[in-house]
Formats: sequence, structure tokens, C-alpha cells
Amino acid sequence: MNYHTPSNFLDASEIAANSVGQIRFLAGGTDVLVQMRSDILTPDDLIDIKHIQGVKDITQNNDGSWTLGIGVSGAEMSEHAEFKKAWPGLVEATDLIGSTQIQGRATIVGNLCNGSPAADSVPAQIAAGATVSVIGPSGERTEKVENIPTGPSKTSLKKGELISAVHIPAREKNAGDAYLRFIPRTEMDIAVVGCAVSLRLDNGIITDARVALGAVAPTVLLVDECAQAIIGTKLDKAALKKLAQAAEKACNPIDDKRGTIEFRTDIAGVLAVRTAKKAYDRAQGK
Amino acid sequence: MMSNIHVTAKVNGDDVEFLCDPRETLLDVLRDRLNLTGTKEGCGTGDCGACTVTIEDRLVCSCLMLGVEASGKSIETIEGMAKGDKLHPLQKKFVEHAALQCGICTPGILVAAKNLLEKNPDPNEEQVRYWLAGNLCRCTGYDKIIRAVLDAAKEMREAS
Repeated sequence: MNYHTPSNFLDASEIAANSVGQIRFLAGGTDVLVQMRSDILTPDDLIDIKHIQGVKDITQNNDGSWTLGIGVSGAEMSEHAEFKKAWPGLVEATDLIGSTQIQGRATIVGNLCNGSPAADSVPAQIAAGATVSVIGPSGERTEKVENIPTGPSKTSLKKGELISAVHIPAREKNAGDAYLRFIPRTEMDIAVVGCAVSLRLDNGIITDARVALGAVAPTVLLVDECAQAIIGTKLDKAALKKLAQAAEKACNPIDDKRGTIEFRTDIAGVLAVRTAKKAYDRAQGK
Repeated sequence: MMSNIHVTAKVNGDDVEFLCDPRETLLDVLRDRLNLTGTKEGCGTGDCGACTVTIEDRLVCSCLMLGVEASGKSIETIEGMAKGDKLHPLQKKFVEHAALQCGICTPGILVAAKNLLEKNPDPNEEQVRYWLAGNLCRCTGYDKIIRAVLDAAKEMREAS
């Protein structure tokens, strides 16, 4: 295994593009090192991207939007008071991943690129409308987070491509986001269902909403029908019922030891309602 | 096959240098190259917390970090906790409360608890339990560990 520490993203991309074997990018390492240890994979080229300038930065831009470096850990997001105030749902989703030790290293880009449908931060990134910069042999592009995962452990990133930054929009006034997941214990488990909601209000009426579901399909889903069920409402009983139905309808889950298809589908509806209420309360400053 | 990489770092305040294969974890380096065997290997996949150390004052599982990644970093392990024969208040309280049995999880829990008390000298029981959720213990049932940490925190607050 060759260990590389490129000083910029173009070099990182070039090393990956020219590799004749298997490659992995190394940021927090909380998935890559497990794969190496479990003999699932020992990369021929391991490309440590933490030596690139700026990868540990959380920056608020002039327009109020945020740029997160690809090496920012979950703990660093939780400790950033202004970012947490702007996007509490994204921060609480990220904070649910693993233990204190894992939080010290794990990143949301790793969470995204690992390709798990149950990744906690990914529904929250999607609900927030986050995009990522992708650098590769054919140049740089911006991609919506929801376009990155294509299936369990699979992404749309091509050979030589890597994510160089995450962009989170400015948080508007009277807006809020939230993330909830169901696990059969209180801590340290993988989501049976996860749900993220981000919404904006005008006089108590929802004008914009994004609802994302995790662990109920081969990829995290952005469910437009869920958003449509609550836009134009004050999140009254009828809207919540429609929201739950839309969430259930979007489900295409698997049966496994964590939950059956029926259970996951039912919980998706319940969680969509609870998460929407939480985001709505936050949007009202409660 | 790549040759070994030369790494310099600080461990418990001392400058160290070592050669390591890039596949070696920091845990392997600590135990097999630096002979610091106080840090234990439990699961090897970041689930149990037995190999907990701090890097730049942040908790990590040393099994989930490569030795080469420690280059230029400051590492604290269980060996740096007692000052000579003088035990850290947490270590004393673990003995007093019998907060260990087989001892494999103990170094990791002590390092994690010390890190908590540096950030929050007055945690409540719930905060201690959540902070240590990534440190598994199959002997004690946790209660004695939590009591020892809370008691040590109290003693450290009174002493300061």
C-alpha cells in the first residue's frame, strides 16, 4: 500500500486517476480503517487528504452561506456555536454518528461517500440543500448531495474524482431544520429509519420544505411528495396525515435484523411527523 | 510494497520517532514499536474504546488511525496519566470504587474520562454516561465506573 499526502486536490485527483489498483481517500478514516482491518479492502493507494490547506475550516461566506472543509469532524461541527445555531438539524444528525472517539475523526463527506443508506448526516445534508464541489480529471463541478449516493456503498463519483468542499446555503429567517432517527436503544446504533426536515415559514405558513428519509431504500431519499404535503399549511392535522402517508409511500426498505419492511414503513411516517414538528418549532424560534 | 515511513511525534510530552509501515495503526505503533502497552486492543474496529488515546487533546480510537497520521501530532496515552508514583485522582477513585475487574477497558476509560473532566469539570451522571458510551466494559456493569468518575470530578473541583 502506498500512502500519499498530496498538498492540493488536483494532485489528490491525479494520484487517484493514475492508480492502477484500488484507491481510498483518507479523511477521518472511521470507515476506511475498519475496511482495512476487516480485510474487506487494503487499498493499493491510500490518499490522505488532510494535508490540504483549509480542509479543517468551517467558513461563513459573505452571503451567509457556509463552506465546510472535507476534514471537519463531527465534534468540530458541534463545537461551532454559530454553525450549530444556523443548522441545528444537520449538527444533531452528525452528532448521532458513533461515540465521542468517532466524533473526533468522522466527517460528513466520509459519511456521504461511504454510501450507506442509513448514514445519519446524509438526510440532514440533503434536507439542508447542501451541495459539494467535486474535483476530477475533467475539471471541477458542483453536485447536489442527493446525486452522490447511487446504492449501498456506491456513489456517482468517477475514477479520479473526489469531493473538495461541502456548501450549505445561508439559513433564512423563520426557518429551521431537524433530524430524528429510530434505533432500538438510546445511543451507538445504526438508524432503522432516519428523517430530516428543513422548512421555512411566512406568518406560520410553510413556504418551502425539504424532507429526506434514510434507511428505507437503497439510497437516502429526497421525498418531494412529503414537502408538497406540508407546503402551504400551518402543519395542521390534515397536513401531518398527508405527510405521514407520503413518507410511507416513498419507502422501499429491506427486511433485516434491525427492522422489517412493515416496521420501517410505519416508522417512516411517524418520524416524518415528529421531525417536521421539531423543525417547525425551531423555525418559530421555540 | 512501500518501505517504512519515518514519523516524529510527541507522546506524553516526550519527542518520539519511529519507522512504520503505512498500514500499521497508531495502536500497533504504540504497543509494538514504542512499547507503550498500556493502551489495549479490544475490537480493533472502533466499537469498544479500549484503545482510546488523545491526539491534540481530542479522543480517538488508536485502532482507527494510522501511525503515519500521527506525524507532528501530540499524543497522550494512559502512561502519561500518573505522575511518577502519584496516581491521577481518577485512577485513585477507580481503585477506591473498585471500578474495574479484568482491566482491559480501564486505560481507555480513564483517558476518556480525563478528557471529559478537562472540558467539563462538573458533568452530571447523564453527561458522563453519554461521553463514555463508546467505552465498553463487560465486567462492572458501568455503575462503579460512573460513580468513580463523578467522585473524582468532585475531588478535583474541591482541590482546585
